[in-house]
Amino acid sequence: MEKFISHTGTGVPLRRSNVDTDQIIPAVWLKKITRNGFEEGLFSAWRQDPEFVLNKPEFAHGTVLVAGADFGTGSSREHAVWALQNYGFRAVISSRFADIFRGNSLKGGLLTVVLPQSDVEAIWAAVESDPSTEITVDLEARQVRYATTTVGFEIDDYTRWRLMEGLDDIGLTLRHVDAIDDFEKARPAYKPATLPAKV
Amino acid sequence: MALTLAEKVWRDHLVRSADGEPDLLYIDLHLLHEVTSAQAFDGLRLAGRRVRRPDLTIATEDHNTPTIDIDKPIADLVSRAQIDALRNNAAEFGIRLHSLGDADQGIVHVVGPQLGLTQPGMTVVCGDSHTSTHGAFGALAFGIGTSEVEHVMATQTLPLKKFKTMAITVNGKLKPGVTSKDIILAVIAKIGTGGGQGYVLEYRGEAIRTLSMEGRMTVCNMSIEAGARAGMIAPDETTFEYLKSRPHAPQGADWDAAVAYWSTLQSDPEAKFDAEVILNADELAPFVTWGTNPGQGLPLTANVPNPNEYSDPEERNAASRALEYMGLTAGTPLRDIKIDTVFLGSCTNGRIEDLRASAEILKGKKIAPTLRMLVVPGSAKVRLQAEAEGLDKVFLDAGAEWRQAGCSMCLGMNPDQLAVGERSASTSNRNFEGRQGKGGRTHLVSPLVAAATALRGTLSSPADLDSAKVGA
Ligand code: SF4
Repeated sequence: MEKFISHTGTGVPLRRSNVDTDQIIPAVWLKKITRNGFEEGLFSAWRQDPEFVLNKPEFAHGTVLVAGADFGTGSSREHAVWALQNYGFRAVISSRFADIFRGNSLKGGLLTVVLPQSDVEAIWAAVESDPSTEITVDLEARQVRYATTTVGFEIDDYTRWRLMEGLDDIGLTLRHVDAIDDFEKARPAYKPATLPAKV
Repeated sequence: MALTLAEKVWRDHLVRSADGEPDLLYIDLHLLHEVTSAQAFDGLRLAGRRVRRPDLTIATEDHNTPTIDIDKPIADLVSRAQIDALRNNAAEFGIRLHSLGDADQGIVHVVGPQLGLTQPGMTVVCGDSHTSTHGAFGALAFGIGTSEVEHVMATQTLPLKKFKTMAITVNGKLKPGVTSKDIILAVIAKIGTGGGQGYVLEYRGEAIRTLSMEGRMTVCNMSIEAGARAGMIAPDETTFEYLKSRPHAPQGADWDAAVAYWSTLQSDPEAKFDAEVILNADELAPFVTWGTNPGQGLPLTANVPNPNEYSDPEERNAASRALEYMGLTAGTPLRDIKIDTVFLGSCTNGRIEDLRASAEILKGKKIAPTLRMLVVPGSAKVRLQAEAEGLDKVFLDAGAEWRQAGCSMCLGMNPDQLAVGERSASTSNRNFEGRQGKGGRTHLVSPLVAAATALRGTLSSPADLDSAKVGA
């Protein structure tokens, strides 16, 4: 996984709340068996509307998505994270994220930043009045900076460390394989197994 | 210390806990399907890793499988490639797979319980957000992303941050014609699509206790629509009775040991929940959604709301967008909304009891000539059972289509989709824009409302059926 320490880019204001993962990437795009090439499916229904923010030339190259509350609700599809990343987004800012989406994004290196709705509104206003406004999402300092404004955000130490080191969870867990072995030895005999199959 | 049900299950699966790090939890059962597993298997292959416990893993084909002509090769080449990838991966990694055409194929959340693999006090995960369904057994069950699927395959564990707990108590008795689906739609409308975020919900109270396992699964299934990753119901006699004769239920002395443990799986009387919500079952009525998120629901007797009545600007905005997408005018009685397609199925309401309840209403009648009705059993077993009971004939005689098992129109990954502007009454769980097909408009309903709607042609509850005017 690519390390995430700090990222600077322009913003894309997505003034919608409850953006579910079916909108981020509709189900018809989920049939690929690779992790790349999902950018075409990103917001594909909304992108048919010429007025949709991603279709506006001034926002075509944004890398920081600034969205309304409850971003990423619905389906657990990690393709939503891949689609955003494949398209070029490195960070998403919202006042609230759905749990599974947040987990997926932080595992995959897409930084999801929670800011109060008033700060989200302020960023919307800033990037809409000047789309070239640069936004820095600084994980190390736990800050979002743009124009003359600096706002802090919270993220737990562990997740921050993992992202900054670019560490993969499986490798981290396998350091504790002894604990897993021990746990398995103590599992009760009545717990079901799928094999051999009984029907 | 007094613990809630969720906290007990958490405690009993703790592999490792360290300050400042997420807890490492053991996973008892991992369910796989074709859409969210391919990239995870690829990851394993790249890293040269094996599946640690194939014997705690099971796969089915459900999301993009066709529901007609299943003996022919899948027409959609990309869908076929995804199914083929699962078949190859299952063979390579030694995973049990129930393929299209197999007697145990079906929607992953219908198959697990039906085989008796979902049991109280287990941790159950799947790369699908409706894994919360399995919480009906008192299991801690939740959806995960593909990276986590890979993690569970490699280690049989997951690093997780503690959830908060929320008690949702439904007191009293449901009125006739009101179902578990109406309970959960009312809960979501009350707490909102983000209300359960960060929580495990525990459903309790008299109305929950009297639900069958099928009804409990419907409630837990839609926990995710309230933003919660998991929903749970403490196991009781109803649970044990359901499990007893299932293929993978414990036998003999194991059964007794299991029941002894399962019987301890209730929230302690003094346990503290981080939040609490109370509903009265006798105040509930058949519920439908009018908008594009599952929290936008109302009793069927209400009218389409006026966005201007919302004080919160975000909500007002969302409501007017929803009305525009749904092609609805504020003030229209919900009962006057004309429906083009009725979909009975999905992991929310595709079980035998749902089909029975719907068939009971359709029996001897004909669906409105203006609509089509698709009946898609949740699993091949449900289909066989329904056929043994003659339900297929009831549906066919009424003019509905009787299909093979799968997710089907719940998410429209296979050919079962709504056309642009087409309006459905659907027993599934998501009314998002385009969920059932691009431009499609979804109203979420219970199986009873689905059947009554099919007969009258507009959103209806069984109470609206006037036998003199319906059918012929
Ligand atoms: S029936 Fe619908 S909600 Fe359930 S698993 Fe299938 S697609 Fe997901």
